[in-house]
Amino acid sequence: MLSEIVFWVLAVVAIAAGVAVFRVDSMARATYALAASFVAVGLALLLLDLQFLGVMTVLMMVMEMAIMAIYMIMFMGMNPALMPMSMVHGKRPALLVSIGTFVVLAAGAVLVPWPTRRGAPAADLVTSLGEAVMHSKMLVMLTVSPVLFATIVAALVLALPRGRYDRLGPELRHRSRHGRADR
Amino acid sequence: MTLETVLLVAAALFSIGLYGAISQQVVVMVMMGLELMLNGVVLAAAGFWWFLSPAPDGQVLLLVVLTAMTVEMAMGFAVATLLHRSKQSDMTDMATDLAQ
Repeated sequence: MLSEIVFWVLAVVAIAAGVAVFRVDSMARATYALAASFVAVGLALLLLDLQFLGVMTVLMMVMEMAIMAIYMIMFMGMNPALMPMSMVHGKRPALLVSIGTFVVLAAGAVLVPWPTRRGAPAADLVTSLGEAVMHSKMLVMLTVSPVLFATIVAALVLALPRGRYDRLGPELRHRSRHGRADR
Repeated sequence: MTLETVLLVAAALFSIGLYGAISQQVVVMVMMGLELMLNGVVLAAAGFWWFLSPAPDGQVLLLVVLTAMTVEMAMGFAVATLLHRSKQSDMTDMATDLAQ
């Protein structure tokens, strides 16, 4: 009964905070609202006995929101980030698409005859996840690792101010043709 | 707490995020919309895992979704940095020439 109440409280907090992200009048407040939504979902994962993933979601998303706040200060300055703003386009079509999506997803959630539960969770779910990652599902981790490494490289290539594209500018294509682009 | 209620909450989060991803003009706000959509996906995946088949495989899938969130965040911030440096703006409308 207690877990039922806690789940509904967390659900209301997650949805209300999610709505607040696009309703509040400053990006700083939007960041806090998104962090609150993520924390609520992370705690809901704990209710489903996903201790490791729940804690990781909370920690990762709080950190991510902190980085987002830094970006807002960096790009817009501290005051614009706290000042009222409304920068939207196609508000009405976006609203229609999102409501339509919710109706379809909700109908699927309610109308589909979901099967009954198969099997029981392991006694120690964190250990079972660790064992899966290190044994039967190691290929998944072996795939995720190079993807993350490629992300680091790609993000640096894009973000560096003195990258190859900035250095050569409009001459990039011409100089590549003559084999001198990589100097 | 049933699978249906968890999926309804997840659908609400996904739809709110979709609204933000479509309607917002600032790149960082679009990223917030995408993050909210993935937040719904995480909750739905956790619900499926717990109520249908609580095997370790489902936890690995959740781990992959969290990785996707990390990749999206890193690339989003990199594109925002690039856009700000080249256009002195962080609005999506200023990035239409990226498609060319």
